[in-house]
Amino acid sequence: MKKQISRNVVLTAIAAMLFLSACQSSTAETTQPRALTVLTHDSFAISEAVIAQFEEENDVKVEFIFSGDAGGALNKVILTKDAPLGDVFYGVDNTFLSRALNEDIFEAYDSPLLASIPDQFKLDDQNRVLPVDYGDVCINYDKAYFASNDLAVPQSLDDLLKPEYSGLLVVENPATSSPGLAFLLATIAQYGEDGYLDYWRQLKDNDVTVVSDWNTAYYTNFSASTGKGPQPMAVSYATSPAVEVVYAAEPLDESPTASIVGENTCFRQIEFVGILKGTENRDLAEKFVDFMLSVPFQEDIPMNMFVFPANQDASLPEEFVKYIQVPESPATLSSDLITAERENWISAWQDVVLK
Amino acid sequence: MRNTRRKLFYFLGAIPIVYLLVFYTLPLGIIFEKAFEGFQTLLQTSGLLQKLGRPLAFTLYQAGLSVILTVLVGFPIAYLFSHFQFKGKKLFQAAVTLPFILPTVVVAAALNSLIGPGGWLNLALMQVFDLTSPPIQIMNSLEIILLAHIFYNTSIFVRVVGAAWAQLETEQEQAARTLGAGAWQRFWFITLPLLKQSILSAVLMVFLFDFTSFGVILMLGGPSFSTLEVEIYLQTTQMLNLPLAGLLSVIQMGITFFISWFILRDSHTGMVTFLPDIKNERMQKAANGKQITLLVLLLAFIFLFFVLPELSLFFRSFTLVEADGTFRFTLDFYKELFHNVHGSLFYISPFTALKNSLTYALITTLIAGLLGIIAAYGLLNTQKSKLLRALVLLPLGTSSVTLGLGFLLAFPRLSFFQKYPQILIPIAHTLVALPVVINTLYPAFASIPANLRAAAGNLGASPLKVLQKIDLPLIRNSLLVGALYAFILSLGEFGATSFLTRPEYPTMPTAIYRYLSLPGSLNYGQAMAMSCILLTLCTFSMLLIERFMLKDKRS
Repeated sequence: MKKQISRNVVLTAIAAMLFLSACQSSTAETTQPRALTVLTHDSFAISEAVIAQFEEENDVKVEFIFSGDAGGALNKVILTKDAPLGDVFYGVDNTFLSRALNEDIFEAYDSPLLASIPDQFKLDDQNRVLPVDYGDVCINYDKAYFASNDLAVPQSLDDLLKPEYSGLLVVENPATSSPGLAFLLATIAQYGEDGYLDYWRQLKDNDVTVVSDWNTAYYTNFSASTGKGPQPMAVSYATSPAVEVVYAAEPLDESPTASIVGENTCFRQIEFVGILKGTENRDLAEKFVDFMLSVPFQEDIPMNMFVFPANQDASLPEEFVKYIQVPESPATLSSDLITAERENWISAWQDVVLK
Repeated sequence: MRNTRRKLFYFLGAIPIVYLLVFYTLPLGIIFEKAFEGFQTLLQTSGLLQKLGRPLAFTLYQAGLSVILTVLVGFPIAYLFSHFQFKGKKLFQAAVTLPFILPTVVVAAALNSLIGPGGWLNLALMQVFDLTSPPIQIMNSLEIILLAHIFYNTSIFVRVVGAAWAQLETEQEQAARTLGAGAWQRFWFITLPLLKQSILSAVLMVFLFDFTSFGVILMLGGPSFSTLEVEIYLQTTQMLNLPLAGLLSVIQMGITFFISWFILRDSHTGMVTFLPDIKNERMQKAANGKQITLLVLLLAFIFLFFVLPELSLFFRSFTLVEADGTFRFTLDFYKELFHNVHGSLFYISPFTALKNSLTYALITTLIAGLLGIIAAYGLLNTQKSKLLRALVLLPLGTSSVTLGLGFLLAFPRLSFFQKYPQILIPIAHTLVALPVVINTLYPAFASIPANLRAAAGNLGASPLKVLQKIDLPLIRNSLLVGALYAFILSLGEFGATSFLTRPEYPTMPTAIYRYLSLPGSLNYGQAMAMSCILLTLCTFSMLLIERFMLKDKRS
């Protein structure tokens, strides 16, 4: 009787395998219109009309596949690089850039539209990745708190160590949060690899609160959000004050928050797009990358993803001009250095701050 | 004729095995193969043992504590629901079960608005006792991890043990009472041994949910705490260190297997089979003063611990906080859910999310239910049932990040799944639901006296007929619990789904996460509104499933 079980198991397993491999071999026959697959992270957003325009002009159907946060999405692309799941990958940022380039997942493409993009954003001289947008991770503060307590808003990282700001700042763990990592990188840019841990020791002595993720920092701890938490300063994005206005439950004349934009208090994140190696739709992929860098798409980016367009010809929506403070000298670090040291910096930080 | 029926029976028995081989073993095998390409270099990493040891120790510690507390809380509640009939019982039962589907971000928000630093309870206490700082400070602590685990997982203990308790025949206890045994003696020497199977099953499931806890540790526990599951997520998505993530996954699975096997090891010794009491003789109205006091106390506890946080979500979804801190009633958050204000391509209509979530949940319940019945029944008839039962539980102890990545590598390129990518979601959900269903059904099957089946068999009934005519009617209560959990596990699942979702097929948890990924009181309010829709939907579904499955019970 036992034999019978195992034989049936084997037979059924074989049948299932056959069925699956049959599916695999009958690769999708080309039907009209052609399909272009774009892999991205789950905070990607864009207007329906903009994509529809591209689809119409090129007789193509664009499919988007979300795969977790920025790191998760990149990892997925790296793992599947031998047989990519898509033609284009959007969403690798400067903190993961070197890792992506080392893994050799992109094909170079010299888009004519690169001419409209400032050189400071072009981090790969071979143009395997092309800058699409950028945004700054900054400390947001609760305007009402500082006004009603007659407290001056800190202007620099050094200021945050002053006793009057004790216990007023919440940051995210750089191990689990992308803005948390960005803020850690800002302190490294400011104080150097030898000095940043010392800075964090003092920040810890000044009662900095550390939470795991942006959600908790913003909605549980930050006093200016609907969560009405205890800390009037939180590491978030430079665009958050504008988002507070755009997504206010009741119309607001001004944002309840603003960003601290002193030297090296913000870290600039740049996001890139690249054509995935091995694509069978290189022509369409090029067109889509051009489209992403062109003015219609670029002007649609701000109100959907709340980051700045890389193309300088794109004009900004009113909310961006009105409610956002743009840092003049945001912190930056070389992508190579970040890739090489990321893990060491984070674990050293954890040893100092979390223990 | 009889032989072909037997063959059919064994053919059916192979289906769950093949399902697990294809959809569990295959993707895991592929991901581990990838992970262990870099294994050599990993072994040379300095401090590797510490990197593994610390999260492992904490994972076991918090899971152990959580299980003990959950059992302490769950036992009286299981007693309550299995012994007393009272008004609003179904709603109280639902309230205990609902946390199970809530995404952690939402629970965090609910707890924060209740006991957070600026929460109502703290504000009230500060006002009443004239304090300058909030008296309750348990955000980001071990205490809140334990509280959240009790909040989330008590229901599974209550449901599994409660279902068994309600069906215990009363004769033995009555006999013991006649012989002069006190209440405690009867509980200890009769009830407990009879419930042993279910208790072990429930404890094991609660343990595994706590053991692989992710959101609670990360969001509520805060950065000082890390479990294996959190480390796997970190190493996979932040450090991109797949070999280490793979090793951690293997350790997590190894321990899952070992502990499952250990707990189930002697589950059969001293096992008593009995005829389930399907007439519900146990169920009564609270009669004397002692019973009424107990009833009131327990219901008050359920109200404070389970209902209040859920109510606070509803409250939040209907209130607007003005700039000066006052509240105002509003329906805006619900209305706004239906507007695609910015013409976004990925706008999620609540109807779409609802439809997708319901479809996935129904498919999951169907597959997990059918496979679960077959598997649990099959396990009963095999020699190696303990080993197999422990193996079947493995998906519960597998990191959803690892499994999600494995799915990606194994399936999406197959043209079938390219055409219907959404099918992968209920398949992934089934992997989590199936162990729960099997583990709920097995004790019920096992408690049925074997001579009942033998008698039917002797009279010429095929195994399938026996299953249909003898077993299934007798295990109806447990089947209901299994189906219920398959359904709500699917409704609330987010981990593996986030790796597999296509923006065209969003689920309700996906929508909630999307709202909460941006600042703005409107986004927050919409997330609360969507959560409340999810809660309401879940309550109705539970009531419907119960009604549907228990419908023809009296006939």
